[in-house]
Amino acid sequence: MDAPVFIVFLFSSFLLFILPRAVKYNFTLLLISSSTVLTSIWCFEIFNTAEEVLNIRYSIAGLFDFPLLTIDRLSAFFIVVINITVFTGILFAKGYLEPYQNTKRQLSFTIHYFAYLWLYFSMLLVVMLRDGFAFLINWELMSLSSFLLVIFDAEDRSTLKTGINYLIQMHVGFAMLLIAFLITEKATGTMSFDALTQYFSGRPNILLFLLFFIGFGIKAGFIPMHTWLPEAHPAAPSHVSGVMSGVMIKMGIYGLLRVLLSVQSDLLWIGTIILAVSLISGILGVMTAIIQHDLKRLLAYHSIENIGIIGIGIGLGIIGKATGNNGLALLGLSGGLLHVLNHSLFKSLLFYGAGSVYRAAHTRTIDHLGGLIKKMPYTAVFFLIGSLAICGLPPFNGFISEYLIYLGMFKSLSGANLYQIITILFSIIGLTLIGGLAVFCFTKAFGMVFLGQHRSANAQNAVESGKGMLVPQVIIIVLILMIGLGSSLFVKPIFKLITEVFHLKGDIPVTLTSINSLQQISILGGMFILLIVAILIYRRIHLRTKVISYGPTWGCGYTAGSHKQQYTATSYADNFGYLANPVMGNRKVFRNIEANDIFPGKRKFLTHNFDVFKRYMIDNPITVMQELLKKIAIMQTGQIQHYILYAFVFMLIVFILTFFKAI
Amino acid sequence: MKFAGIFLIIMAAAIFPGIILRVKSIAGGRKGPGIFQPLKDIRVLLMKGSVFSQTTSFIFQIAPTIALATVVIAILLVPVANQDAVFAFEGDFVFFAYLLALGKFFTIISALDTGSAFEGMGANREALFSMLIEPAFFILLATFAMFTGYTSFSDIMTHFHITDNHYVMIFSILGFYVLIQIAMIENSRVPVDDPKTHLELTMIHEVIILDNSGFDKALIHIGTFLKFSIYGALISSYLVPAGWNIGAQVALFIGIQVFFATIIGYLESFRARNKMVKNSQYILTVSAIAIIAFVIVLILTNKL
Repeated sequence: MDAPVFIVFLFSSFLLFILPRAVKYNFTLLLISSSTVLTSIWCFEIFNTAEEVLNIRYSIAGLFDFPLLTIDRLSAFFIVVINITVFTGILFAKGYLEPYQNTKRQLSFTIHYFAYLWLYFSMLLVVMLRDGFAFLINWELMSLSSFLLVIFDAEDRSTLKTGINYLIQMHVGFAMLLIAFLITEKATGTMSFDALTQYFSGRPNILLFLLFFIGFGIKAGFIPMHTWLPEAHPAAPSHVSGVMSGVMIKMGIYGLLRVLLSVQSDLLWIGTIILAVSLISGILGVMTAIIQHDLKRLLAYHSIENIGIIGIGIGLGIIGKATGNNGLALLGLSGGLLHVLNHSLFKSLLFYGAGSVYRAAHTRTIDHLGGLIKKMPYTAVFFLIGSLAICGLPPFNGFISEYLIYLGMFKSLSGANLYQIITILFSIIGLTLIGGLAVFCFTKAFGMVFLGQHRSANAQNAVESGKGMLVPQVIIIVLILMIGLGSSLFVKPIFKLITEVFHLKGDIPVTLTSINSLQQISILGGMFILLIVAILIYRRIHLRTKVISYGPTWGCGYTAGSHKQQYTATSYADNFGYLANPVMGNRKVFRNIEANDIFPGKRKFLTHNFDVFKRYMIDNPITVMQELLKKIAIMQTGQIQHYILYAFVFMLIVFILTFFKAI
Repeated sequence: MKFAGIFLIIMAAAIFPGIILRVKSIAGGRKGPGIFQPLKDIRVLLMKGSVFSQTTSFIFQIAPTIALATVVIAILLVPVANQDAVFAFEGDFVFFAYLLALGKFFTIISALDTGSAFEGMGANREALFSMLIEPAFFILLATFAMFTGYTSFSDIMTHFHITDNHYVMIFSILGFYVLIQIAMIENSRVPVDDPKTHLELTMIHEVIILDNSGFDKALIHIGTFLKFSIYGALISSYLVPAGWNIGAQVALFIGIQVFFATIIGYLESFRARNKMVKNSQYILTVSAIAIIAFVIVLILTNKL
């Protein structure tokens, strides 16, 4: 096998530290592309053979054994997702990091590229390793390298603080995974994913699963384990946000699926738990996104929403498996898995778009942008396509995965029992609300950032980003349209993957009918695009004979309007904020006009929002704990006599206790 | 045969707005325009030139086209007079709903493209209200899917019968009510929105097309007319049993479209629009009624 080549790639990453500065980027690009080619060959092999797994073993002269790499179809799928996003990310990085060349030291760049490479390698290894110990080490490498990537702008103290917050939360997750693996090792003697099957047979499944769920859920960003996510994504450079949001959080989903493969009992409960958490994540994620002021924070909350959609698919699939409803299992899990790929595409596209906007206008505050479509037309169109895709609108890829999940739900309704029906009804309402709210949110994001007139001088002086930043976005858009219009080609292998990996037995009739439906959707999508083109051509011919004039926007008779009178993102979200305030922290600070204010002077109006979960689950407990610890800190006097006294008291207690035990 | 359905929908769309106008003028004691006035208006619009705001970009120019295209494609999914639609596949109503949402997305961003505060306000309301009505539509379809065991518009409509079983009656009436409400809200009619308001601040749908003119405005109007008759077609397929012969089906299709238009005309003559802040509550009530219909089907199928 090509294992030695892969290992050479891994170790040659250290060359970055000695290479001259001019070739550092190219070397990183070379390593990433060659690893992409190599791992893609592996994926191709596994999808084209009858074998279920591909084992890659390598040892140096029989002395040093590298951990066994095992690729099955599930790993192969995730490798494809990782490869696409990491590759477009590094392409985008060149243009994005350009302005930093003069202000940053060379070492920061070296570390950045090195961390990027190792984030890539560790993600690849995470999906290929089955041994628990090696897996955990790589999981940790993934957190560390992404931490280094997040704090690229560490001159800004808040970035550093965010990074440390991220690192701590990742380690809470790591601790959960470690405990879970140790429990399996204690029970079965081996520490690996394969041993889980042995552990789960005959023992209660749900407790160990919950440990894994929390561990992987923190990485994936399920609410309420999401609080690192909306902080870390905006702080990181955009290509890193794209990779983190596009693929790194999906490693949590991978882990979850890998564990679910082994779970044998309590499936109904486990499915329901995943579904409930996902519905909450989906709805609250997008609701919180709507009221955000920062473009990248808004996108980060949308990642939570999309993780929710993926989770809804997986949860329904597991419920289907538990109740023997193979159709629901297949459609739910396939929809969830396809959404992993879809989300990695449009979310990285949107983050690159947001990065281009930030590069051009030097601000991420939506209320300071506006009118960028005239300055940066390509970025605007790309962002629009990303927005349509993330809202799940046809004919783009997001629709396909949501459609599969919907289909699974609607088809299961007539044959299900009361409990399942209620679960499914809640999921339908949830998924619909998520869709509607996403439209609300992205009309706001796209409309306020790119349309209308500029709201600040920064936005006025923006210029289109270079080709280097546009090309990776084009690559993603091609993929988005391919999945959106040729969906059956992509769904077929995913159906096959899910049927085999999850051992769905028997003939599943939905496989054929849903492929047929997807083909009809493709035809309709094609017709839709042709129809638009036809009307537009007719429109152009028609307008040629007519008088076209240009004037100011209708101002209701008022002719001295300025860009300050436009609707802002805050006001756009206001009526929704009013509805949603009971569950969200959205506050306005202003002084009412009193009856005796005849000549109102200058006044202030502030809106700010906070994450309810962050405040009540993390910030408030920490404040309480700090208060408590401050009181205990009275003991810390700084006088050596007191410390000797403490030691003396301690020894006394030990002595007395020993004395009592002796009796 | 299938394409005859499209023809029927287009025919219905041509007279639908005229009937509303006519009913409103009769109820208001005015002489009023003829039944084909809306079509004549479209002809006038097509002859006119266009004025574009300098603030707008190409989004403003392509949005009406895309919105109309979504409606035209949506027609292909609608069963007319209980005949199979041109395209019928499992879960086609999901595609239907999301396609119309795509049209709405473009209408909203084209309003934001003008940079006008009024249009921003209207866009925001349109986005909020159409988001709130979406669950009602899906709950209703879930109810049908559970009741009939089918998951496409055409199959559901052909297998759904209103019988004299009391529960089926209650469920059918509730379903009818929800369908009508969805049609009214999706088409921006009273009581959620009033197309005849004269103040920009109180408009919803009217204000977001304030800057459109000429050809684009004609496209928008055609889209609105077609949308009316799509919902009328759904309502008629819902009410008329599939077993009846085709002549009666078609006659009833036309009759129900006319009746639907008349009801809208009368409602708009005698009922005031809701206060804007009450709208969200009103729309959510429709979802709640849809859930009641759902529970009744649970009882019907002996699940509860």
